[in-house]
Amino acid sequence: MRSTEAGRLDAWRLHLRCAWAIGKKNARVYYLKGPVISFGIVFPVFFYLAFAAGHDAPPATMVPGIVAMALFFTASAVGPLVTPWERQARTYERLVTSPASLGAILAGDAGAGAAFGALLALLPLAGGLALTSAAVVDPIALVAGWLLGALAFATLGVLLAAPATDTPSQVMMLSNLVRLPLIFISGVFVPHDQMPVWGQWLSPLSPLSYCADLMRVGFGAAPHWSVAVDAAALMGFTMAFGWIALLLHQRTLRR
Amino acid sequence: MNLGAPGSETAALAAEGLTRRFGDRLAVDRIDFSVSHGEIFGLLGPNGAGKSTTVRMLTGYLAPTAGRARVEGIDVAVEPCRARRHIGVVPEEANVYSDLSVLHNVLLMAELHGVPRAERERRCRDLLAAFGLDGRAAQGGRELSKGLRQRLMLCMALVSEPSVLFLDEPTSGLDVASAHLIRDVVAQLNRECGMTVLLTTHNMAEAETLCHRVGILREGRLAAIDTPAALRRRVASRRSVVATFTGAVPDPATVLPAIDIETAPLPAGWRVYAAEPGPLAQHIAVRCAALGAELASLNTFEPSLEDVFVSITGEADAQH
Repeated sequence: MRSTEAGRLDAWRLHLRCAWAIGKKNARVYYLKGPVISFGIVFPVFFYLAFAAGHDAPPATMVPGIVAMALFFTASAVGPLVTPWERQARTYERLVTSPASLGAILAGDAGAGAAFGALLALLPLAGGLALTSAAVVDPIALVAGWLLGALAFATLGVLLAAPATDTPSQVMMLSNLVRLPLIFISGVFVPHDQMPVWGQWLSPLSPLSYCADLMRVGFGAAPHWSVAVDAAALMGFTMAFGWIALLLHQRTLRR
Repeated sequence: MNLGAPGSETAALAAEGLTRRFGDRLAVDRIDFSVSHGEIFGLLGPNGAGKSTTVRMLTGYLAPTAGRARVEGIDVAVEPCRARRHIGVVPEEANVYSDLSVLHNVLLMAELHGVPRAERERRCRDLLAAFGLDGRAAQGGRELSKGLRQRLMLCMALVSEPSVLFLDEPTSGLDVASAHLIRDVVAQLNRECGMTVLLTTHNMAEAETLCHRVGILREGRLAAIDTPAALRRRVASRRSVVATFTGAVPDPATVLPAIDIETAPLPAGWRVYAAEPGPLAQHIAVRCAALGAELASLNTFEPSLEDVFVSITGEADAQH
């Protein structure tokens, strides 16, 4: 019995070590790739500017939404690109024939995406705090939204990389097809109670809604749901995305 | 060295009814073979015969449609991570990380294989030095030539000190020096460390020199499997006599008028095939003297692995 448990512990250690190694490799190789920069940083900045130009809301009220959106775009930018790039360069074969399990490979991809998103989201957060009257009122909610959101979005990115293609642009197209509509139904810029009815119905389907809600609570607004519900929903999305990603990537590998 | 087929559970490597289908195309069809510990086993076959697909199934990259692959007795489909801890792979196409440095490429594999942190960098640097890459440790993978990239791939495969090494056409397209180095290293690893090697190649001379046994694949099926010497004996009819001449080359039909024999022209002579080349060579010498043809050389040859390959696969375009 004890040896079985020790074996399981060893297996978990191996998975974690492999995920860590793959995450570090992803950070070294992919963080500075053009598409990651453009889809992860440039895209949300211009998206925000285009949106903000047509609104006269005080800048401070937009900070939580901007941080959530930046986190969403950056954290979900790495995952969709890593797998097709690796397939194209045949390095995916190297990883799959190493002792790393598919779960560890995907965890490494998600970890790298989450770290990328979490770090870059600090820029709009710092900018918002420095340049507007926005102030952090509930740091726990803010940190929960920041970390759990990064994980959920990064795992969504990994899920989007499941199609059997070695062309990053195809995955990016699919990725934007999924990500852009989520912006509109997630209450990023418009509070939930001011959204149209159809938006309010669809909003719970987006992980970004819960992240934005936590961010808003972090900056002193009343929650639309509750901090516990938001956190649980983000963890649920992370697990669901991860599980579906594992199944789809396994299916792609079996082809 | 056990030249027979060991039991698949005790063998270093085993394929049991291994089959792979891509849509309607049957790429590998019920292959059975096993490789003993410390053996170098060559998989030969023309392009598209299923060599790389077989390697990909044995290394766990491709799931077999049917059958089973075992590494060190471990079913690759059931316990893939445990099985892969024992293997090192040099795939057919270079797959180093071009944006990572040479050292980081090897370090990544060391980390994935669980090489202890304390000895990771030392082991990587020792390997790079052994393959003449120590001066390039900081260079990016993209800056390496094909030969140097192949050396790096060997370093990446060997850093975990695997018990089974897969080499998929490791010297294909390399310059003579790089190919020579890789062959030497493989032979040395096998000789000194007892490493089991599965090698796929188009190069018959390489297979003949390195491999203890070879399997010949044709259209996804294992058409023959044995030691190179035993395979050569199977094609005894491909023994030959080569005659070259200093002056005009006489017509072989004139030299050997009463004998129905297969001949092949050479630049300054011809080759004639015979199961008993010794007496035939004597006959040729006598006839040439009688006809006044000036022989420059007269030699008998045993069939090569290439002759076996051509005989089994019907492919005459095997590389030399």
